[in-house]
Amino acid sequence: MNLARLFAVVRKELTQLRRDRLTFAMIVGIPTLQLLLFGFAINLDIRHLPAAVLDQANTVHSRELIAELASSQVLDFRRNVAAPQEIEVLMRRGEISAAVVIPPDFETRLARPDRPAWQVVVDGSDQSVQAAARQLGAFPLDSLDYGAGGNVPGSTRVTGVEIVNFYNPERRAPLNTVPGLIGVILTMTMVIFTAMAIVRERERGNMEMLIATPLSSLELTIGKVLPYIVIGLVQVTLILILGLLVFDVPVRGSLVGVYLASLAYISATLALGVLISTLAKSQFQAMQMAFFTFLPQILLSGFMFPFDGMPKAAQWLAEIFPLTHFLRLIRGIMLREAHIGEMGMEIVALAAFVVVVMGIAVARFRKTLD
Amino acid sequence: MAADDAPVIVARGLTKRFGKLTAVDHLDITVRRAEVYGFLGPNGSGKSTTIRMLCGLLLPSEGEIEVLGKKLPQDAEAVKRSIGYMTQKFSLYEDLSVRENLEFLAAVHGVTGAKGRQRIEEMYQRYHLGDLRDQLAGTMSGGQKQRLALAGAVLHEPELLLLDEPTSAVDPQSRRDFWEALFDLSEAGTTLLVSTHYMDEAERCHRLAILDHGRLVADGTPHELMENLPGSTLKVTSDEPRRMQQVLAGEAHVIGIAQIGADLRVLTDLRDDGVDWLRQRAQAADPHAGVEPVAPNLEDVFVASTRKQKQAMETAA
Repeated sequence: MNLARLFAVVRKELTQLRRDRLTFAMIVGIPTLQLLLFGFAINLDIRHLPAAVLDQANTVHSRELIAELASSQVLDFRRNVAAPQEIEVLMRRGEISAAVVIPPDFETRLARPDRPAWQVVVDGSDQSVQAAARQLGAFPLDSLDYGAGGNVPGSTRVTGVEIVNFYNPERRAPLNTVPGLIGVILTMTMVIFTAMAIVRERERGNMEMLIATPLSSLELTIGKVLPYIVIGLVQVTLILILGLLVFDVPVRGSLVGVYLASLAYISATLALGVLISTLAKSQFQAMQMAFFTFLPQILLSGFMFPFDGMPKAAQWLAEIFPLTHFLRLIRGIMLREAHIGEMGMEIVALAAFVVVVMGIAVARFRKTLD
Repeated sequence: MAADDAPVIVARGLTKRFGKLTAVDHLDITVRRAEVYGFLGPNGSGKSTTIRMLCGLLLPSEGEIEVLGKKLPQDAEAVKRSIGYMTQKFSLYEDLSVRENLEFLAAVHGVTGAKGRQRIEEMYQRYHLGDLRDQLAGTMSGGQKQRLALAGAVLHEPELLLLDEPTSAVDPQSRRDFWEALFDLSEAGTTLLVSTHYMDEAERCHRLAILDHGRLVADGTPHELMENLPGSTLKVTSDEPRRMQQVLAGEAHVIGIAQIGADLRVLTDLRDDGVDWLRQRAQAADPHAGVEPVAPNLEDVFVASTRKQKQAMETAA
């Protein structure tokens, strides 16, 4: 390994990068756009579901229940209907996602514990709506003052489980998504950048000239990858600043820890990018392969769906993905104030990924240069 | 000549197979120091593949290569320090300027500091790149790119320069200038191996090898090759050249006919008695036809040699 040659490659790469407006725009544009999109759009805490209400009882208590439900802001009552058939029509048309049905014998039911007092009809075609409705099922009826008769033991009064939310008491979604987004954005940009940068040399014919020089394949690879490590860290910084300014997401743990974890993860994505570059014959193929690695990572890492809710097989698979480990690390450090040393296993997992993937890449690299 | 004692390139039984295709078939080549050695052959004759094996880009399937006294591919890294390679397609960075490209190559070859700056300055002078130094390579003309590619290939003063069809994308004036530059290098002691499919370029080489279907069909100086043409070249004059061409094309010993103006240029595979034989055949069709011998050119050598090769392959089969 000759440092002068390595430096020559880094310098060349930076000059090219400076001229490549599209890539340059991607470095800043992708994180900004994704952060804003995901930050605002991914909100698992559902509010303002369009709903209808069918109040067949029309008593003091039923009206009080409806008022309480409305004030919770989960449901947004847009229609008052007179018959159950209307609910079906509205839901089929997609005008409402939920409906509250209060039967004519609401008062009687309230007094008797064996039958539910009221009903929520939900659009089951949307999973997130279902989840929201399940929360409604636990809506406490204590607040309803339905007279002394209701206070008999074993009444329908739902005591509910008090949920204590650590780390995110306001249940703000960005608090979960922003740290995760650091991982997702690095995955998408770093893998593509490195894979394409190396394949580009081959596709444009530069490789043929380079092979006839004393430049070794290792010098070329490392020289090309080094600038992207810096770019990755710039992206992390950008996301942290935007996260703080726009979504008020703090870094509770150590900033050094955040950058160390990011560095480990960037190494993993770059290793993956280098491996792809040894497999792809064109930049387009490299792009396709990179996308192929995104989807399972984003879906199974715990970014989109709760890790613990996944089937065992999917969890085992997800343990292979570097994003899974990085998400645990970054959430731990940023939100739970964890020390990076406390999450040593995740770092070990990332390091193992880098060693294995880079090993395969280097072995393949020699072959392709024939 | 003492310098001739150690050949710069020696290849024996050099073979490259890509799957079922044999691109280069048991080639024997010797290139001496400071000569301009040409590879002449049509597309697909194995010129590029041979050059790529000679500079360590491809591993031979069979055979031995010695370049500058070192064995390939074992000593490939050592050889790469002393060779320059100019690819067929422009392979410097189109999104870097002339200066940035040369600086990159200088650093990669370890030509650094004052020495590096001085060499780059020399390249500007010698290849008229000074005014273009801040221009992006991608925006330059074919001739300018070619000069830059040559500058990049000789920046580190290689002992051996391999050029793969260097003039395929440039105009005639640039081609002539380029060859002048090659002879300057040769005079300064650089050995050059140039592949081409232009006959006029091949004729300028000190020595050349004619390749066809991966095989060496003839080699020697252009003069030797033309002298030892396995056949004869004859000029046929006739009042009806088109009809005459049709008549002669069916004759057994005729390997090639080309109309040059009003005359026909006929290549036969008969050496000394070709004139008499052809006159007899031509006058049978047109009593006024005239036949006289003309000096052969490399194209005749090429056609005659490749035909001989084809016959040999057919008899073998």
